[in-house]
Amino acid sequence: MDSTLTWLHPAWALAIPIVLSFPLGWLMFRALDISAANAGKGFDAIPMLLLRLLGRKTPVGMSWKRYAFSMLTFNLALFVITFALLYTQHKIPALNPDHKGSLGELGYKIGDDDHPGADTGVVFNTVCSFVTNTNLQHYSGEQHLSYFSQLAAIVWLMFVTPASGLCVMLATLRGLRGDKDLGDFYADLFRGLASVIMPYCLIVAVLLVGTGVPMTFEGAATATTLDGASTQTIARGPVAALVAIKQAGTNGGGFFGPNSTHPFENPSPWSNMLSIVSIVMLPMASMIMAGFMLRNLKHALVLYGVMLALLVVGLIVGVNAEMAPSAAVRDLPVAVSPNMEGKEVRFGPVASATWASITTATSNGSVNSMHDSLNPIAGAVPMTLMMLNVVFSGIGAGFENMLMYVIIAVFIAGLMVGRTPEYLGKKVEAKEVKLAMIAVLFHPLLICVGAGLFAATEWGQKTVANPGSHGFSEILYEFTSAAANNGSGFEGLGDNNPAWNIATGIVLLLGRFPALILPLAVAGCLAQKKRVPETTGTLRTDNLTFAGMLVGTVLLVGALSFMPAVVLGPVADHLAEVKTAAK
Amino acid sequence: MERGVLDSVKENTRPGFYSTSQTNHSFIQFSGIEANMSLDLHPTIPQRDKASVQASKLQRRNTRKLRLFEPALVKMAFQKSFVMLDPREMARNPVMFLVEVGTVLTAIITVQSIVNGASLGLIVYQAILTFLLFITVIFANFASALAEARGKAQADSLRATRSDTQAFRLRDKNSDEGDVVSSTKLRAGDYVLVEAGQVIPSDGEVVLGVASVDESAITGESAPVIREAGGDHSGVTGGTRVLSDRIVIQITAEAGQSFLDKMIALVEGASRQKTPNEIALTIVLAAFSLVFLIVTATLYPMWLYFEPTKPLEIPTLVALLVCLIPTTIGALLAAIGIAGMDRALAANIIAKSGKSVEVAGDIDTLLLDKTGTITIGNRRATQFVPLGGSAPRELARVAGLASMADLTPEGKSILDLARQQATLESDAPDGSTFIEFTAQTRMSGVDLPDGTRLRKGAPNTVAQYVYDQGGLIPDGFQTTVDGIAGGGATPLAVAENDRIVGVIKLEDILKPGIRDRFARLRQMGLRVVMVTGDNPLTAKAIADEAGVDDFIAQATPEAKLAYIRKEQEGGKLVAMMGDGTNDAPALAQADIGVAMNSGTQAAKEAGNMVDLDSDPTKLIEVVEIGKQLLMTRGALTTFSIANDLAKYFAVIPAMFIGTLPQLAVIDLMGLATKGGAYSAILSAVIFNAIIIPMLIPIALKGVKYRPVGAGALLRRNLLIYGLGGVIAPFVGIKLIDVMIDPLLAIVGIN
Repeated sequence: MDSTLTWLHPAWALAIPIVLSFPLGWLMFRALDISAANAGKGFDAIPMLLLRLLGRKTPVGMSWKRYAFSMLTFNLALFVITFALLYTQHKIPALNPDHKGSLGELGYKIGDDDHPGADTGVVFNTVCSFVTNTNLQHYSGEQHLSYFSQLAAIVWLMFVTPASGLCVMLATLRGLRGDKDLGDFYADLFRGLASVIMPYCLIVAVLLVGTGVPMTFEGAATATTLDGASTQTIARGPVAALVAIKQAGTNGGGFFGPNSTHPFENPSPWSNMLSIVSIVMLPMASMIMAGFMLRNLKHALVLYGVMLALLVVGLIVGVNAEMAPSAAVRDLPVAVSPNMEGKEVRFGPVASATWASITTATSNGSVNSMHDSLNPIAGAVPMTLMMLNVVFSGIGAGFENMLMYVIIAVFIAGLMVGRTPEYLGKKVEAKEVKLAMIAVLFHPLLICVGAGLFAATEWGQKTVANPGSHGFSEILYEFTSAAANNGSGFEGLGDNNPAWNIATGIVLLLGRFPALILPLAVAGCLAQKKRVPETTGTLRTDNLTFAGMLVGTVLLVGALSFMPAVVLGPVADHLAEVKTAAK
Repeated sequence: MERGVLDSVKENTRPGFYSTSQTNHSFIQFSGIEANMSLDLHPTIPQRDKASVQASKLQRRNTRKLRLFEPALVKMAFQKSFVMLDPREMARNPVMFLVEVGTVLTAIITVQSIVNGASLGLIVYQAILTFLLFITVIFANFASALAEARGKAQADSLRATRSDTQAFRLRDKNSDEGDVVSSTKLRAGDYVLVEAGQVIPSDGEVVLGVASVDESAITGESAPVIREAGGDHSGVTGGTRVLSDRIVIQITAEAGQSFLDKMIALVEGASRQKTPNEIALTIVLAAFSLVFLIVTATLYPMWLYFEPTKPLEIPTLVALLVCLIPTTIGALLAAIGIAGMDRALAANIIAKSGKSVEVAGDIDTLLLDKTGTITIGNRRATQFVPLGGSAPRELARVAGLASMADLTPEGKSILDLARQQATLESDAPDGSTFIEFTAQTRMSGVDLPDGTRLRKGAPNTVAQYVYDQGGLIPDGFQTTVDGIAGGGATPLAVAENDRIVGVIKLEDILKPGIRDRFARLRQMGLRVVMVTGDNPLTAKAIADEAGVDDFIAQATPEAKLAYIRKEQEGGKLVAMMGDGTNDAPALAQADIGVAMNSGTQAAKEAGNMVDLDSDPTKLIEVVEIGKQLLMTRGALTTFSIANDLAKYFAVIPAMFIGTLPQLAVIDLMGLATKGGAYSAILSAVIFNAIIIPMLIPIALKGVKYRPVGAGALLRRNLLIYGLGGVIAPFVGIKLIDVMIDPLLAIVGIN
């Protein structure tokens, strides 16, 4: 490969969404942060019409508790309905041309032991996974789901769960800027759906169809192969609609099991670029929106910049690492090339490593290559980005996560300038700090306890595909992906069995809702406080010094929480390879 | 003695009690003060040479400033460190509590190893580790015990004045009779009689009489102060001594509840409660500890995955945990808080709670009195403006003569200026009659033996005086007077018989360097507001000259209170200083109210700090102490957490190198690969332990505060304590490792 062109792809993959995020962020601000007086005017008429269907004429003002309660009840309802739907999908007459059975009848495998028959674990896992905007898939869409389930369960959740995250972000921002009420959850939800996510997805879907992604309600096609004797069943369906929202909504769950490596989900370099851009588009734009809503664009840009810097570093490390050949071919007398193991030839190592970074930085989790086959250091990049979980991350969720680090950074930095810490003119005291620390604590708790439990027991030991550190990485990756609500799989892991399904299901839920509600609570508390005027003695949160402080906090807390696990997994894996190569 | 008291009370007739001027001996003793008081300008505090005041203050501070590791205190603190091992006490500090639990766990495992007959190397390693963890806890206890001991030592110097005294308790305020009781028996509301040479038994308010009181026991100021019934100087403090006269005091504090008692308890930490910021920081530290507890605890099952041949020892995991949790700041947190109050006390400020010292760092607005803070106490004559054709020398002579008996600072300054401009006899001619300033005449001056009447006073009064005698007001008189007043100065007219000879310009003189000081305050983010009784015009001129941000002219206590409320509504924190009873509401309203020790009991009760020096510039120091306290906490927290990176690089390879030999690459410091796993782990734990006593000086003295603005301050501290915190342990642990490797080899550990 021409080395001068290596960085062209990642450069475009970042430049396009960065440029577009500014106008889009402004549009989001205009569409979502609407005062009571302007409610229902212009494009806002549609969401307000939907709100009227709930029996509410105008948006109400909610406290953070009521807002959180509305969000939770809504999500609980989603959980119950989706569970029922997936369990009984074979009884629903519509849109099931291939007569798929209940998802609860899938059965599972542990090692080589087959356990056919009833297993609700996978249903539980799938529902948790989609309700939390994660899309960790322990099933294969084209084999196990009817079109109706794909649309009514999967695609529907793909729309409303990122919208839920966006809603919480809106409420948090209102609290931070000192609004007494944090808005109306349902108004925000409908506005997010009708004014932002749906129009945006429509554009992406049309563009995807243009690149060759299928969009049909017909059943699987049967084709006669070239030898003329045998036939082949080719799965298809309403793919473009699903792929559009899967990328745009930081969902990542594929229509097909192989996700975006599948030629129907991601047929060409063009669809690949389109996908990458739309993966990171809304998370980026929402940071700009935050700047407008807080009336403090500089502060939002500091957060944006910190996220971007971390992403760029991860991306460069990842792409660089993939330039080396895979360990498997290193000693063989073949031409030295970048690591092509587990790659789609139409994308190659650069586009694959770029995708791997961006999809794990945002909590998207769709894949266009096997992460299991990445060179160890390149494989550590997605893992690290998910462990930090603040690099754009999910729509709304990324900001919420970052806010917790901001509170901690502000607290420590504030002390260092000799004042009781303040954030956006509000004093940060014991209560806020407590909430922020609990939120930060959850992430290592879920990952370390989960990985420790599965590493020490047969649950993990029997389901890994590789021995040693690489196998440990598989376990670590799965829990990290679940806790970060990312959903990408390292794969190589036999994860469709009750132990994994239930464990990751619980981790998914605990990785999602506390991470949304705790920052909301912080914002709710701060909103009640008196604004402290800014002086030259006040710690500024809109300059490079603070950006440095924030990067330091994120990296130090991240490094300190996960370093032992990462050392045992990918680092030891990498060093072992280096050692073998040296011999 | 009791007899004597009663007799003297009886001897003194009632009127004599009310007016000291009629009591002969007091008049003689304090004639200078009497003269001042009669002018009603500076009624109480005797004027003293500035230099000597400063010297005595410095001396006072030096006596309070203890050596950092005063041997006696170190001994006391060392003993206390063991007492503090009580788990109930340790639980107040979650970080160190965790270390204590880890120590016990390691000790148990060591005993188990001995019982099981494990290899000698392992037993010695575990024993050393137990010891190191133990001294980590001891060091932490020592840090707070030392800070407390220093506070106690300072409190003891104050307590020395609190000897149990006998008090003569009166039946009631106006009674002559009473009984002698111990000061500990006194109740609030009791009346006691204290006469010259006696110690005031408890805090109280003078209700009858006036006396000079030696407060040096508390303030270190050797000059006596006047305490009198009514007015703003009626508060007396228990333990101070009456030098002259006798006063009746109404006791305001129960025994053991006096100002001094409360302060001693506070300094000693008996009633010390965690401040809000300390609580918040403790939460952060506890949460970090919990993260590391999770990390180390889950490392064990993770490790099992690798089917290791060598088991991961629990003591090693405890060592990793103790290295990672923020023990440095956890150990020093209490000491930092106590040291903050100590620093305040060393500056002769008594903070009523640790919280108030903390709040001081957040102050946005400072209300400073003009007189004594911004300007040197008194106005000075700076110019003579001759009028009506009189010669400048003549005016100087007349003004000087008229001021000869005027002992006010203004009068002296006129005389000084006159002496520079004209030849003047050292005394007024014999037979001169001095006319004292009274509220009615509003003039003072002298009648010379030849009948010449020289007068000086407020311009309109003097003009009236001249006019009444048929004299004329010279041209330009009014413009001159207005011009001087408009420039922020005070005009005084001078008349010789029926003729106005000129005008004296009395100016407020700014304290040297006050502008720079305010510039520094602005850098700190503080707004300075000048409070003055002057009219707005004068106030504005001085405010401009001094460079303050705002001023309150013709300030009444109500105006101050209103201003404070207005600032607070805007979210600002306000600090002010006051002494009078009528200042009490404003002192209570302000976020930091510093009452002068010379002030009334009401003022002292209302404020949350008391300044023993009664020095109005103290507010600035208070703010700096508060900022220093918070900065020290932040800096050491950063340092503590930044240390962890190096500790990981020391401990992790040492733990896993046996099973995953490829991890030798991340042994950046070459510890485990060279000296063996045990030496690497022990080095990290030793570093972790000794860094605590090494940082005690910083904790007690505080991180230096520089008024350079928040951004520069943060960058500086991040560089020193953040980056320094990352690098220092790499160097330190390596050095320790090099040193202990041979020692460990002797006992056969590698």
